[in-house]
Amino acid sequence: MSTQAPESPTALPEGQHGLRRHSDGAGAFVPVQTRSERFRSTSVGDFDEVTGREAVWKLSPVDRFRDLLAETLDGGPTPIDVVSAPGTTVAWVDRTEARTGRAGTPEDRAAAAAWTNTEQVLAITVDGESDENTTVRRHGFGSAPRAAHVVVEALPHSRGTVILDHSGTARLTENVEVVVGEGAHVTVVTVQDWDDDAVHLSSHFARVGRDATLKHVVVSLGGGVVRVNPSTHLAEQGSGVDALGVYFADAGQHLEQQVYVHHDAPNSRSRVSYKGALQGTGARTVWIGDVLIGRDATATDSYEQNRNLVLTDGTRADSIPNLEIETGDIAGAGHASATGRFDDEQLFYLQARGIPEDQARRLVVLGFLIEIVQQIGDSALEARLEEAIEAELRGGSAATAP
Amino acid sequence: MSVLEIRDLHVSIDTDQGTKEILRGVDLTIRSGETHAIMGPNGSGKSTLAYTIAGHPRYTVDSGSITLDGEDVLEMSVDERARAGLFLAMQYPVEIPGVTVTNFLRTAKTAVDGEAPAIRSWIKDVNASMAKLRMDKSFAERNVNEGFSGGEKKRHEILQLELLKPHFAVLDETDSGLDVDALKIVSEGVNRAKENTDLGVLLITHYTRILRYIKPDHVHVFVAGKVAEEGGPELADRLEDEGYDRYLSAATDA
Repeated sequence: MSTQAPESPTALPEGQHGLRRHSDGAGAFVPVQTRSERFRSTSVGDFDEVTGREAVWKLSPVDRFRDLLAETLDGGPTPIDVVSAPGTTVAWVDRTEARTGRAGTPEDRAAAAAWTNTEQVLAITVDGESDENTTVRRHGFGSAPRAAHVVVEALPHSRGTVILDHSGTARLTENVEVVVGEGAHVTVVTVQDWDDDAVHLSSHFARVGRDATLKHVVVSLGGGVVRVNPSTHLAEQGSGVDALGVYFADAGQHLEQQVYVHHDAPNSRSRVSYKGALQGTGARTVWIGDVLIGRDATATDSYEQNRNLVLTDGTRADSIPNLEIETGDIAGAGHASATGRFDDEQLFYLQARGIPEDQARRLVVLGFLIEIVQQIGDSALEARLEEAIEAELRGGSAATAP
Repeated sequence: MSVLEIRDLHVSIDTDQGTKEILRGVDLTIRSGETHAIMGPNGSGKSTLAYTIAGHPRYTVDSGSITLDGEDVLEMSVDERARAGLFLAMQYPVEIPGVTVTNFLRTAKTAVDGEAPAIRSWIKDVNASMAKLRMDKSFAERNVNEGFSGGEKKRHEILQLELLKPHFAVLDETDSGLDVDALKIVSEGVNRAKENTDLGVLLITHYTRILRYIKPDHVHVFVAGKVAEEGGPELADRLEDEGYDRYLSAATDA
């Protein structure tokens, strides 16, 4: 698929959708024609210094986290509180070749820096079937730049839910690998409820095995810069992913997610659905959704959507869906993106029933976002997130002004 | 006894082609317990009247007045009008994702009454009204109007009418798109509300069909933004036989 481009450094060729192969500027100017051909490495030294113009960084506020792009970072263990379900274990283990690198490889310098600098891995292993959840509360990262590596493994035919719950302050770059064994059904939720000054760069790599499913949920509410990029490799036949996300950006917050689903086997299924709200000057969100349906991924079914609700002036939401299809034999593939202001007809309807405007607005926004939260499947977490979103809405006086 | 009075009402909307006058001097007085049918051809301004009473921001009142027991309705916000006792059953109710019918009804009732309803009697009232409107219990947990059929949306409007107990209800083409069975169920709901709360009704319709089930005391024929003729129920019968042609040719001649 790749074509040779002119080797003139003054005329950088743009690939499809502006993507470039290893556009960190390493000399060979070959445009990336498919998402799967992006440059990858686990070693930070293989990536050039970040300029902020690279395809993977151009929508991110790079200057706010230069420290996380360094050659060396502190990769030691950090405090965790664990409530684990029967059959699920959580432990710090030495990083070995056998344990890591099974679900994916870093595609940007921050993820590679995390990989290079992590000695111990937080290993979460789901075995058996349980309706109870495993919650790993991660806090106390402190204000120094840190690296981390998490591996969630669902053993074959297991079933369970793992919640990574982040709070406090942090300057953290990390990789999260999710290995879903054949016939397993696992839910992985990552909640970013950080303090305002936190920076969190997280690359999630999931590999889903035969007839297995992953429900992956990204909830970003708190934090200065939160960038969670989940990639899912539907590697074997009958595999599936529901990739869900909900985010609420206030003034000054940058919340980003680059979602990638690679259909690489027949009869695989994906649903990507992200919803966000923006409120306050400088509130910024980025959603990039790449879906690649490979040559062997016949009879696949995929749909991705992103919806943003803009509540005040002075915000910016980027929403970029990309769909690449390399086989003619698919069951379905679609994408949708919509970023809009508040629907005045909904407001009118609620007000016409006596509900005051500020309350009507809260109802509509909460309803818009809660649709994602309701799909998590954990009532305690759903209730907590509903409260957290209501608190976000109350916090923004601009949204409730008459 | 309440009175809703509309005096010499002129209303316009902004369109791409500029400002367009829709209502050209409407006079109407409705008292508690009365049912007024507003009939007229498409584009005569019937729905504009309904939405202007409710306070939809799209419509600009150029002159005239609407008062409820002497209070200036036009000075009130949309929600203030609802709390003052005005209700609009909409022709095309919008979907509100993520907001359940239960949550919506309780929030609206609390807003209209100024206090939360007592839980037990409220649940009983909701269930009873839903049963009478032949709405399945599962309705309560669905999101407002989301995936509702046309008939379900109209029943949901009448459910709100019964539960919120306004003084005056404007029914904007509530009959449109309903089959006869659904029309009967919806009409029974309106008649119950009339009986129980002495509701005044402004029934806006294109067809005479609904008037077999909801008996009007007065019939007003709307043509080109004003009342062209008024009368009792017999006027509706005449319209059923003759249609609106008579008025339309008169309006064109004028």
